[in-house]
Amino acid sequence: MTRIASVLRRIKTDAAAPVMALVFAVAASSVVLLVAGSNPIQAYSDMLKHASKLETMIDILNRATPLFIAGIAAAIGFRMNLFNIGVEGQYLLAALVAAHVGGLVHLPAPLHIALILLVAMSVGAAYSGVAGVLKVTKGVHEVISTIMLNAIATSGLIVAGLQAWQAGGGLGGNVTRVGTTPIDESGRLPNLNGFVEIFTRDIGRDRELTGVLVVAIAVGVAYHVIVGRSRFGFDLRASGANPFAAHVGGIPPKRMIVTAMVLSGAVAGLVGMTEIMDGGVFPANPIQGLGFAGIAVALLGRNSAIGALVAALIFAFLDISSGILQNTGSASREIVQIMQGLIILAAVVAYQVTERARAREEAKAAATALAAVAS
Amino acid sequence: MRKSKRFTAMALVAAFGLVAAACGDDKESDGTSAPTGPSVGLVFDIGGRGDQSFNDAAAAGIERAKAELGITFTEASPNDDGSNRKELLDLAAESSEVVIAVGFLFEADAAAVGVANPGVTFGVIDSAMLDFANGAVPYGDNIAGLVFSEQQGSFLVGAAAALKSTTGQIGFIGGVKGVGGLIERFEAGFIAGAHAVNPDIEIVSEYITEAPDFDGFNAPDRARDIATAMYEGGADVVYHAAGGSGAGLFEAAKAYRDAMNINVWAIGVDSDQYNTSDPAVRDVILTSMLKRVDVAVFEIIKAHIDGKVVGGPTVYDLSVDGVGYSTTGGFVDDIVDQLEAFKADIISGAIVVPTDPAEA
Repeated sequence: MTRIASVLRRIKTDAAAPVMALVFAVAASSVVLLVAGSNPIQAYSDMLKHASKLETMIDILNRATPLFIAGIAAAIGFRMNLFNIGVEGQYLLAALVAAHVGGLVHLPAPLHIALILLVAMSVGAAYSGVAGVLKVTKGVHEVISTIMLNAIATSGLIVAGLQAWQAGGGLGGNVTRVGTTPIDESGRLPNLNGFVEIFTRDIGRDRELTGVLVVAIAVGVAYHVIVGRSRFGFDLRASGANPFAAHVGGIPPKRMIVTAMVLSGAVAGLVGMTEIMDGGVFPANPIQGLGFAGIAVALLGRNSAIGALVAALIFAFLDISSGILQNTGSASREIVQIMQGLIILAAVVAYQVTERARAREEAKAAATALAAVAS
Repeated sequence: MRKSKRFTAMALVAAFGLVAAACGDDKESDGTSAPTGPSVGLVFDIGGRGDQSFNDAAAAGIERAKAELGITFTEASPNDDGSNRKELLDLAAESSEVVIAVGFLFEADAAAVGVANPGVTFGVIDSAMLDFANGAVPYGDNIAGLVFSEQQGSFLVGAAAALKSTTGQIGFIGGVKGVGGLIERFEAGFIAGAHAVNPDIEIVSEYITEAPDFDGFNAPDRARDIATAMYEGGADVVYHAAGGSGAGLFEAAKAYRDAMNINVWAIGVDSDQYNTSDPAVRDVILTSMLKRVDVAVFEIIKAHIDGKVVGGPTVYDLSVDGVGYSTTGGFVDDIVDQLEAFKADIISGAIVVPTDPAEA
């Protein structure tokens, strides 16, 4: 009985912050829309009507998939109090190398896919590991090193790689498409349309639900189990909460730092898989910024797998909404970014408020318990 | 038998109608307001309207089509990371008869959406829209690639630069290097044109960024730094092919001219930038390499109305005035004869302009 009550109370406090944040963000966004001369009701109804279509839901899931993986990558670091800003460089570099290797080899499908995933995770892990090693051996703060590593990746290594590994042939004259050698069909994850269509009508308008969604779910489950239920996860959280106490308790801090960075990087390596496993190439214009978006996802999701899932879906929904708002003319596309910013801001404040309320309540409960004992 | 077939057909139509209704498709039928022309969905690339250059040229074309052909249009720009290009094309295809994608970055997505919507005309600027993986055939009869011979127009402004230079040194600023040789075509033509006038002229080339970093098209501050260094190094005419970054070049030229009292020049690109740029810097703009994106936009809409859309590339070169140079401001009036002679030679084929800077 008390167990149920405590679970209910937990849900209440856990849900209070996100709900408060959402209410505030919607209210503030409405003000922004009104000031900008748009009708908020019209804008929200366009967004919701659009999002309720099956095809749009596919779009949202496709966008949420890399956001979620990036969120988990950032969350692994956050759990250890490590601020891995380098997810950005890690995923781009990993996707480039994985696309190049995947385009070179010809293997049966399961092996080909496994190889590409493995290469991507290894590259991400290695690149992130550099920051980890620098931190434990030279005391370089991971924020500084990962920012530098991002710059080295995007303006150095990837530029060089794109030039060196550009698919040959047909680029003269008026042809502008460039990228790595296309990966064989065997190295691409099949779309999940068939699975979705078991439950729904046929998916129209050439939408394809990315197969990387399966990878994302696997990452989410693994993260939830390992961080929440394993010895290693306990060590990780303990080191994050109080590195000194953890050290005294027998958890080697240096090894934990390097391990956390390597794991974070390995997951980061998977962020770019939607790009290369759906399209088959690493293009000259890859989608950038997912690493930074992942930080916001982890922040909004409070470093939990479920939280990151919800956060990724919210962000994806807003990203996708920018198209319909412009198409119907009900609002400008910038409103979407403003709303994302407002939600993060509101969430940070709301978590702080509920956290304080909880602490007050606990203090009061302790006081009454003490008083009861004393009397 | 016939009856049952008709029944099946009716049932199909009814079912289709139900599904359509269930989908809750918005868009009250456009027919109520009886527009005289087709509906057009214009999808800009990142940045959208207001770059005084590439996107604005497309906007000018659609405005002209609205005025002359009575079309209705919607416009949209992608999110900052370009992640929703395909969704924008999908949305435009659902609500329009003609979809125009402004920029080669739309190529892959426009091919996919175009194939899925065979009844909609697609025009993609700066891409040939040929399927090179399958023997360079058009992706579809409804998918037109609108490409320009930028090297030809750049040749003419390169010649103008060499004719106007007194120091024997000129400069080129490219936006982004390594995107399939697009900006390199501008550079190659510019160099070839300058060498045609003066084989000994010195040309300094610099790109602001390299793919995958596309900031170079929208980094006026970095263009200003590069241009200032070029002027200080002795160049007295600098040409840019860097979209929105060009504003920085003009500022640098103006500042250098005012500070040093040396008559340096800048050359604009895509639009007639004497007209589109900040009035304060206009007197440094010698000429602009015109890339008539506006004409291409207008023509593809007109082709759709006339039922004359052709899949695959349509090339806009000097012979159809798809590229050219501007004379606004009157700064090249004294050399127009020489430029026109070069133009005639290019059109006749007497001069073949290279597309690769290494060959120029």
